[in-house]
Amino acid sequence: MIRDITIGQYYPAKSVLHRLDPRVKLVSTLLYLISLFLFKSIPGYIMATLFLFGVIRVSKVPFKHIVKGLRAVVMLLMITVIFNLFLTRDGAVLFHKWIFTITEGGLRTAVYMTIRLIYLIIGSSLMTFTTTPNELTDGIEKLLYPLNKLHVPVHEVAMMMSIALRFIPILLEETDKIMKAQIARGADLESGNMIQRAKSMIPILVPLFVSAFRRANDLAMAMEARCYRGGEGRTKMNPLHYKTRDRIAYIVVIVYVIGVFFVGRYVPLGIWIF
Amino acid sequence: MSIRLENLNYVYSPGTAYEKHALKDVSLTIPHGEFVGIIGHTGSGKSTLIQHLNGLIRATSGQIYYNEENIYQDGYNMKELRSQVGLVFQYPEHQLFEIDVMTDVCFGPKNQGLTLDECRERALEALRLVGLKEKYYKASPFELSGGQKRRAAIAGVLAMRPRVLVLDEPTAGLDPKGRDDILEQIAYLHRQTDMTVILVSHSMEDIARYADRIIVMNHGEVMYNDEPKKVFAHFRELEEVGLAAPQVTYIMHDLKERGLAVDTGVTTVEEAADEIMAAMR
Ligand SMILES: Nc1ncnc2c1ncn2[C@@H]1O[C@H](COP(=O)(O)OP(=O)(O)OP(=O)(O)O)[C@@H](O)[C@H]1O
Ligand SMILES: [Mg+2]
Repeated sequence: MIRDITIGQYYPAKSVLHRLDPRVKLVSTLLYLISLFLFKSIPGYIMATLFLFGVIRVSKVPFKHIVKGLRAVVMLLMITVIFNLFLTRDGAVLFHKWIFTITEGGLRTAVYMTIRLIYLIIGSSLMTFTTTPNELTDGIEKLLYPLNKLHVPVHEVAMMMSIALRFIPILLEETDKIMKAQIARGADLESGNMIQRAKSMIPILVPLFVSAFRRANDLAMAMEARCYRGGEGRTKMNPLHYKTRDRIAYIVVIVYVIGVFFVGRYVPLGIWIF
Repeated sequence: MSIRLENLNYVYSPGTAYEKHALKDVSLTIPHGEFVGIIGHTGSGKSTLIQHLNGLIRATSGQIYYNEENIYQDGYNMKELRSQVGLVFQYPEHQLFEIDVMTDVCFGPKNQGLTLDECRERALEALRLVGLKEKYYKASPFELSGGQKRRAAIAGVLAMRPRVLVLDEPTAGLDPKGRDDILEQIAYLHRQTDMTVILVSHSMEDIARYADRIIVMNHGEVMYNDEPKKVFAHFRELEEVGLAAPQVTYIMHDLKERGLAVDTGVTTVEEAADEIMAAMR
């Protein structure tokens, strides 16, 4: 049931991408997202596409799995398309009826924004597919470590993030079990109007909150029992160190970003094909 | 009146890295009025199996017949099935939510569309059946002890007057006394009404004591489906899959090997005692 949500969930596989340092993946994802806005022409898109598909191939995450994750954001994509399509007034009018006008510029923006959004989502979900939540927060903690000097509690924030991330699947599973237990007692979760449906959520939400608080309490107790005192003086079991493959990955990404910038700017294939 | 499963297969998260074939070609018949025990190692698919019985999860392939009616056919009344096949989950915390025990037990009957009076009447009856003391009826379910919560949860299902009662490890996390109390209560219910009882447990002793028939699950498959003493005769095979026959089985086999003429098929301590006494005389 509810456990089948795949967006952003870690996908275990043995690939170079899975083994990369999380910092590399974080920085590269950010660079890739920025790179998507550095160009405005077809050669740029071709390069971004090739790069993305290359990374997907290397990641060994099945393409089907990635597409499945996209289904959750279809609504967002639709809204983007509709807004860009009808609200951009630029260039020749292609279609006009009543209050709906589609211009060449609108169509172009709609198509390109959609592609950008899809790439953006695939790009960032590739990171979460190949990085466990723990690695991710480790990476964030280390990347943001300099902020400690500015009295930002980096370690605490990272710890909170990793706990929150860890709790998501647990609570989803719990919700699933609670829903089943109540359905078994004849609870009707689907029919009725808004108010009835909101009311029918009570038998799910109460046990869920009770269990969430109980778990939080247990966790706090367990952490204290193991002498957790915050980040000061705390060492890591697997400290992050850059290896050769991480350096190579950085170089590949930087070359790509520079490449896409120049190709997008200066290769004269600025024609738009529809 | 029976439940019949035909070549049931269930796969969790098919087509992903987490794919898990949890039930493999399970075929079973559970006649009405029987007390069936289901046992198996952790992850053998017991919980998955019983959630099929009231249609909470739908088999990947295979059919289920309740009273000879296919529950997967179009237009089958699932709600009715769920009120006939009552399922008590392993953790009572998953279902208790109301402000007091009484109201919580009324939740099931209320969903069946009964009037308030009927609900209360059934709730009272169910609470009495599970042996929860009257002073707890108005207590918050969250203030109860583990054993009391379990009783309240069982009452919550019993109040719907199911024809089949399915319990998933109703004794997990209880002390020996609490465990015996609950099991005695369930056995009593089974004798009093003509209800079918399906009990999932990790303890061979418990199951041996109460069940007419034992279903042994192993890696999603039905390994044995027979009366207790025939299942326990395979105690060596049971050990290989991480289970064990009740301790009396071992004692009786040992005694027999050393020359005492006892029946190795006895399943409970009391029977064993009688048997040994008889052989010694
Ligand atoms: N919601 C789920 N999603 C994916 N896999 C699951 C899910 N629930 C159970 N499984 C897997 O299916 C298999 C059977 O699980 P099930 O809960 O039926 O076992 P069980 O016999 O009840 O075990 P236990 O004695 O520990 O309760 C296990 O390997 C488990 O990991
Ligand atoms: Mg189980």
